[in-house]
Amino acid sequence: MNFQVRPILTALRQHKAGTLLIALQIALTLAIVCNALFIIHQRLGNLSASSGVDEANVFVITNMWADMGQSTSQVDAQVRADLIALRQLPAVRDATPASGYPLRGGGWDNFVTMTPEQVKPTTDAAVYTGDEHFIDTLGLNLVAGRNFRPDEVMVMGTQEAVTPPTVIVSKVLADRLFPDGDALGKSFYAMGATPTTIVGIVDPLHRQGVDSWSNGYAGQALIWPLRADDSRGVFYIVRARPGQLADAMREAPKALYAQNRLRIIDSKDGIQDYATIRHKVYDRDRGMAILMGIISVVLLAITAAGIVGLTSFWVGQRRKQIGVRRALGARQRDILAYFLTENFLISVSGTVLGIVLGFAFNLWTVTRFAMDRMSLAYVGAGVLVLVLLGQAATLAPALRASRVSPVEATRSV
Amino acid sequence: MLAYYLDLALRSLKRNKALTALMVLAIALGIGASMTTLTVLHVLSGDPLPGRSGTLYYPQIDPRDNSGQLPGVEPPEQVTLTDGLNLLHAGRADRQALMTGGSVPIQPDSSAVDPFYVESRYTTADFFPMFGTRFRYGRGWNAADDEAKAREVVINGELNERLFGGADSVGRNLRIADASFRIVGVLDDWEPNPHFYDLNTGSYGRAEQVFVPLQTALDLKMEHNGSNDCWGRGAGGVGRIYPSESCVWLQFWVQLDSSSKAADYQQFLVNYSQEQKALGRFAKAPNVRLRNVMQWLAHERVVPDDVRLQTGLAFGFLLVCLVNTVGLMLAKFMRRAGDLGVRRALGASKRSLFGQLLVESGVIGVVGGVGGLLLAGLGLWVVRQRPSSYAALAHLDGTMLLTTFALALGSTLLAGMLPAWRACQVPPALQLKSN
Repeated sequence: MNFQVRPILTALRQHKAGTLLIALQIALTLAIVCNALFIIHQRLGNLSASSGVDEANVFVITNMWADMGQSTSQVDAQVRADLIALRQLPAVRDATPASGYPLRGGGWDNFVTMTPEQVKPTTDAAVYTGDEHFIDTLGLNLVAGRNFRPDEVMVMGTQEAVTPPTVIVSKVLADRLFPDGDALGKSFYAMGATPTTIVGIVDPLHRQGVDSWSNGYAGQALIWPLRADDSRGVFYIVRARPGQLADAMREAPKALYAQNRLRIIDSKDGIQDYATIRHKVYDRDRGMAILMGIISVVLLAITAAGIVGLTSFWVGQRRKQIGVRRALGARQRDILAYFLTENFLISVSGTVLGIVLGFAFNLWTVTRFAMDRMSLAYVGAGVLVLVLLGQAATLAPALRASRVSPVEATRSV
Repeated sequence: MLAYYLDLALRSLKRNKALTALMVLAIALGIGASMTTLTVLHVLSGDPLPGRSGTLYYPQIDPRDNSGQLPGVEPPEQVTLTDGLNLLHAGRADRQALMTGGSVPIQPDSSAVDPFYVESRYTTADFFPMFGTRFRYGRGWNAADDEAKAREVVINGELNERLFGGADSVGRNLRIADASFRIVGVLDDWEPNPHFYDLNTGSYGRAEQVFVPLQTALDLKMEHNGSNDCWGRGAGGVGRIYPSESCVWLQFWVQLDSSSKAADYQQFLVNYSQEQKALGRFAKAPNVRLRNVMQWLAHERVVPDDVRLQTGLAFGFLLVCLVNTVGLMLAKFMRRAGDLGVRRALGASKRSLFGQLLVESGVIGVVGGVGGLLLAGLGLWVVRQRPSSYAALAHLDGTMLLTTFALALGSTLLAGMLPAWRACQVPPALQLKSN
């Protein structure tokens, strides 16, 4: 095959403009496609992040109070009564009050410090609140320590900031604060004047938000034994018995309204199962991944079509020369190899430029949008795709060229 | 001459249907993708209050004690209640308003209608004249009502429609959060996008339905929504009323009608900071900013990064489509070297050949542009089906329509230049010889 490269290069010099255009097109396509692949992979990675929640059986009720003037003790009594009603339902395994839930799409988070005087925070943690049923309701995996005791659960009214003395943290947070793995029994501060002591560790537990600013704090969360009796409203997280999610979701609001009518549970999104919650919170990521996918496919198709078009033109232009070569003894497969090699050379030189452009584009996204640096794997995959695509696109016109009869040499002279 | 060129172009395009279709399709896809993303970008980075935004400023001061010790650190994005009221009462700007957002339950009189929550804004009187809100009925309240903690409310057209069927409801009573309010004004459809005056409650499509005097809302301890940043051991977590000294949770806007007034106001902010430092309230040297609406929106990077990224990629896409078209046109024009040679030999100048070939690329541009416009329409329809907060805003306007055509025609003509020029270089005699 080697012997063919020199004549090909000589021939390409006759088609400078066309060669450059194909190479340029391949370069640009590669630059865009490898970045798109990188974005798709990142976004899909987000989509499959584990929340730690038993998502198949858990749903969330957004319960707003219709009368806002209630005192904290009135709200607390109502919340307790609601929870009893919910837990008594046959389809319900457990329920907890909450001020937020994993994958909610944002919510309460506190800076964490090791000492009360510390100015620069050590890190940041998403804050969950719930009673002693929180761990079981979400189906979290308690890997060390113990659950909250009922007597540890405190009440937090609307205007208050309460720091309970005990806390359960996610393993990621525990390891971040105490890298030696001895977090259990240790204390830290989370924007309060008093310390809070780790009594349990769960793994995993996703944060409430999925925004990119919190990527540095991924998986860092703490749970405080608090009933957040906000006079505006409360979340009830409910875990259905296996296979009874639909029943539980139908019965729960009825039970709540039977308890007390003075509440607002939105008919549209007042009750959401975890499939819906997950779908919603990752909608932007999924949309972006789909868009990148479409762009890549269309781009590759256009580039392939462009290669087919230009190669066909070249074949048409060179019929006479092909005929001469055939008459001089070249076999069909030599002709085929000629065009495939020609395309290979153009593709490779195009991809070299494409790699540079691809990294330049990535650098732009890194500086403009604080995205991550692209690893070489995506570029490698892109190069492979484009070279294969080029060969495939050349195949049809090249086959046509190989079938040119030697007689052509004698024809139009 | 143009008619003749058009005729030639159409004949030539018809001769190679697949190639023509490919070129048109590539242009249409490229234009469609870039116009969809560009329109979204254009809509999202638009001026929320054209004609007014230049004189509206967002003062920032820095009352923090320990955080942000580094020089050059931005002051907080909002103000504390104490500073907000001080600046408001100083009255050094042409107009000024202190505000924050929340949500309140509306409790209709008739028991047939369940209570429901709406977004609310707690603000001082100048909000309405300063932002130029249009009223359908009535008007806003005045500064005296602010201080008197008047139980007065302005509602928007949507809520008026829902509660009163669109009738003039001024003077009627409305129960909000267990208190009775008198309606003094009904806004016409007024929804500035982006929601520049408070980006914490969402940047787009977030117009409030209820406007309550700030002092009244504080008095009634109405719920506050949005961002609240505290420092020290001031607070942590959820709550209704924040410490007035160590938490920022209000927005303060001023109207300054000339740039010299803006410079004076900036100096006033510096003086105020120094004064507060002397009083022991502020710990740091004066750290102030005074940005107008568009500067503020740019600073806050209100346009989502994903939208910018998509626009960047879409233009890359268009570039590939154009390079593709250049290549295909080159092939096509060179193949017609014979025709062109004959035309040259018969006396056509290079210029007229060039013109003829450009007309041919122009035809592709126009058809591709129409296709691109249809695709952009489809693309924007898809964007509108998405659940993002700005979905409803994604519409093509006149400017973008013209831009689409200019972009399609301009880029294809540009793409046709090189192939046309190359094809014109054909020496007539050579082509005649080989046939």
